[in-house]
Amino acid sequence: MATLYLAIKSLLNRRFTVGLTLLSIALSVSLLLGVERLRVESHNSFANTISGTNLIVGARSGAINLLLYSVFRIGDATNNISWKSYQKFADHPMVKWTIPISLGDSHKGYRVMGTNQDYFRHYSYADKRPLALAEGLPFEHVYQAVLGHEVAKKLNYTLGQKIIIAHGAGKTSFTMHDDKPFEIVGILKPTGTPVDRTVHIPLEGIEAIHANWVGGREVAGLKISADEALEKELTPKSITGFLVGLKSIIATFRVQREVNDYRKEPLLAILPGVALQQLWDLMSVAENALFVVTILVVSIGLIGMLTVMLAGLNERRREMAILRSVGARPGHILLLITGESFLLSLIGITLGLLLLYTSLFFAQPIMESQYGLHLQISLPSLREYLILGLVGTSGLIIGLIPGYRAYRYSLTDGMNIRL
Amino acid sequence: MQKTCAIKITDLRFGWRKNLPEVLHIPEFEVDRGERIFLRGASGSGKSTLLALIAGVSLPSSGDVEVLGNTINRINGSGRDHFRSDHIGFVFQMFNLIPYLSVLENVALPCHFSRSRKQKATASGISLHDEATRLLQHLDMAHADLLHRPVTELSVGQQQRVATARALIGAPEIIIADEPTSALDSEMRETFIRLLFQECDATGSTLLFVSHDKQLESLFERHVTLEEINTARQGVN
Repeated sequence: MATLYLAIKSLLNRRFTVGLTLLSIALSVSLLLGVERLRVESHNSFANTISGTNLIVGARSGAINLLLYSVFRIGDATNNISWKSYQKFADHPMVKWTIPISLGDSHKGYRVMGTNQDYFRHYSYADKRPLALAEGLPFEHVYQAVLGHEVAKKLNYTLGQKIIIAHGAGKTSFTMHDDKPFEIVGILKPTGTPVDRTVHIPLEGIEAIHANWVGGREVAGLKISADEALEKELTPKSITGFLVGLKSIIATFRVQREVNDYRKEPLLAILPGVALQQLWDLMSVAENALFVVTILVVSIGLIGMLTVMLAGLNERRREMAILRSVGARPGHILLLITGESFLLSLIGITLGLLLLYTSLFFAQPIMESQYGLHLQISLPSLREYLILGLVGTSGLIIGLIPGYRAYRYSLTDGMNIRL
Repeated sequence: MQKTCAIKITDLRFGWRKNLPEVLHIPEFEVDRGERIFLRGASGSGKSTLLALIAGVSLPSSGDVEVLGNTINRINGSGRDHFRSDHIGFVFQMFNLIPYLSVLENVALPCHFSRSRKQKATASGISLHDEATRLLQHLDMAHADLLHRPVTELSVGQQQRVATARALIGAPEIIIADEPTSALDSEMRETFIRLLFQECDATGSTLLFVSHDKQLESLFERHVTLEEINTARQGVN
């Protein structure tokens, strides 16, 4: 079509300004899509942190709080629950498996979690993917530890090395359980979940390092060596919480109610999926704010295009008059100018996509290793197509502004060439 | 069918606004088909206004403008646009060309907006490109070196010849040339006008040549001044 050809030629004639406009549109489009990708992927990875677990049980507090400390290793439990309560529900006829967890200590800023071998047997993440060891074996002895992938990598640990556990969850701790070092016997494969940032030791280990502790304080002058501690009763009196896998998913609400109504101790059972959703909803404010900002960036890109088109219009009045004299009708002028803007936004979108995939290609390994976030390089999603469609439509609508002005000019100027 | 005039104006009046004095009042003005007419008028005498009325870009306050037997002021806007692109070729004073198109593309441009001119241009079975080259050849503009240069790098005289080829392509019945030579030096002017005559004869087009330059008058078979045909009060604008 002649008008399209004219539009392309005219754009090519203004390579420099057109190129800059394209760059700003492409950058803003790729930013918008990039943020959208990150949002979706982080949501996925977030939802993938735990799977296969039907209930999480802890001391009575809030659902999100329980989720945060039991799954994300963020914050602290308000209270512990007794070993007896745990045993009661572990033996429940509906319960298939349980994983006890005991938190409160750390190693160089990484949380230490006391658990038992059931953890390696039953814990799963993402789409029911079980934990797998990259090296070594699960712990068998009291003073053995299995490291999450990130812990081992960041701290450069290898099997057989001994580590000291610090009391408390902070990054800097003043009291060390330095009398009872743990030997690294296993390193897990990366999961992209908080498991990567966890040091796993047996529940008995937690008991042993606290053998000379009473009421959360080290008893002054009381020294119990590692070997002496082994002689003691190491079954814990209390744990932080436990994860529950049920024989049948239908029993979920029944067992949950039983836990919540348990008379001997105030307990709380949550459904991980529901709590994850609640937590995600909390974060959606920030997510929406980010989205709004990127929308604004795209608007700025399109307004830049509008500016370029409008600024060029006055000096193109001669061109319009010539076109009119060779037979272009005002409609053609409208089509030409609007078409140029539309073409610009379409090319901008295409370049933006190109830019997105290029940066995804380069960012993927970095995001994976630094943040445990797996960015998939896949075709645009339906939502992304919608966004792109919206940007294109906006480009068309914005293009109507200079288009209409040129149309008015061509009506008033006719073939009179004005300078 | 009775042979109609190329242009026939009866009792035309035109003013820019109702309460302003009228610029043009032409009781009668006729141009025969195939005629080459020189219309002289001082700058600001309303020449361009008259051309806009003939081209159907502006509409008279009263009276009729008949072009090729069609009363152009009675046709609707889009109809006038079509009529103009089909039947009238224009050459203006200067900067006639679209800067981002090649010489050949500039020449072929009217055929993209008028089907009838495209048909006429390609009637003998040659391509639009060849027809444009043929016209340029007649105007001594078909050197390979000139064809591939950006139009903005052509001299004014060369640009005017490209514009002429563009006005002539598809053989429109009427060629309107509005001061086409005023940017040319005096030797170039005569050469240019002779080329224009030669091509108008070849296509059988009527030529309406408008200029303020009295010297060119003698080249034309018929010449009128705007003052002769316009009875509106003179010197108002």
